[in-house]
Amino acid sequence: MVMSWIWAGIVLVSILCSFLTGSGAKLAAATVEGAQGGVTLAVSMAGAICLWTGVGKLMERAGLTQALARLLSPLIGRLFPGTKRDGALAQDLSANICANFLGLGNAATPMGISAAKRMKRGDTATDELCRLIVLNTASIQLIPANVAAVRTNLGCGTPFDILPAVWITSLCSAGLGVTAAWLLGKVWKE
Amino acid sequence: MTDYIVPLILFFTAAAALRKRENAYDILLQGAGDGLKLLVSILPALVLLLTAVYMLRASGAVELLSRMAAPLFSFFGIPPETAMLVLIRPISGSAALAVGAELMAEYGVDSLIGRTAAVMLGSTETTFYTISVYFGAAGIQKTRYTIPAALFADFVGFFMASCTVRWLF
Repeated sequence: MVMSWIWAGIVLVSILCSFLTGSGAKLAAATVEGAQGGVTLAVSMAGAICLWTGVGKLMERAGLTQALARLLSPLIGRLFPGTKRDGALAQDLSANICANFLGLGNAATPMGISAAKRMKRGDTATDELCRLIVLNTASIQLIPANVAAVRTNLGCGTPFDILPAVWITSLCSAGLGVTAAWLLGKVWKE
Repeated sequence: MTDYIVPLILFFTAAAALRKRENAYDILLQGAGDGLKLLVSILPALVLLLTAVYMLRASGAVELLSRMAAPLFSFFGIPPETAMLVLIRPISGSAALAVGAELMAEYGVDSLIGRTAAVMLGSTETTFYTISVYFGAAGIQKTRYTIPAALFADFVGFFMASCTVRWLF
């Protein structure tokens, strides 16, 4: 529903603005160009999305997800103390974080939801659940495949040169986001 | 150095799978098929959203928005041209991709703005979508401080994307 309002709003704003700037002819042409642009964008990402979904699945089956989960267990234990009492929760959580890391958003969501159900108290989000959501919205991802595909398609010879910048940025936003959640948790009691 | 990150990830993944006697090629094929399904599911949204984005651009509204947002964005060192991307990123993933791709095309993939847009896209998530999926499925009504904390993380992401691109390139 939100998207319907946004979409209609964008169209209305465009009409009003083009009326003011007198660019009506360009506006009409833009509708057709935009629709075609959507198809072009999807096709330009197709190869990279297919390849990296495949690699992500392979990483999972090759046991790299579990290895990563073992590596992360000290961190997960500290962020989510509940995992020490609940083995299934620990498993769901590490699987969720690892799947996100490998860019398997669709695989991450069911495990994240199952963890969320174990963490909630009635209809209230616990501190641990808030932290989980912040981690999930901060997107720590190894390879942002679709962005790299868009760059390649626009003629970029080194589409992955942004990786270090992406990793530093993700770590900062996840780290500071979780810190903010922890501080807010101290004042914003259940 | 960074040139070898991606090829080596490909090799080590395949090697790890073969060591566990998994049929690496078949699994890759299955995964690639899933990727295609994902693509088909987002294509209609991309068509609709790019139509709206192109209209907005043709009408001159994007320049207007950038100019209005400029003082605030410049204060934090974020390129004002990315205003539209920053606004739409937490709400819709496909719309953000559409806006980001347009920024890269217009200013150049290796420009400061093009790179900043790419890093922003790669290091943030569709915050409101994620929150509504998780809390909807888990039946949470009282979200407490989740939304402010998640939006703060987004802001840090946009800010750091601008910083890292300026430092590293």
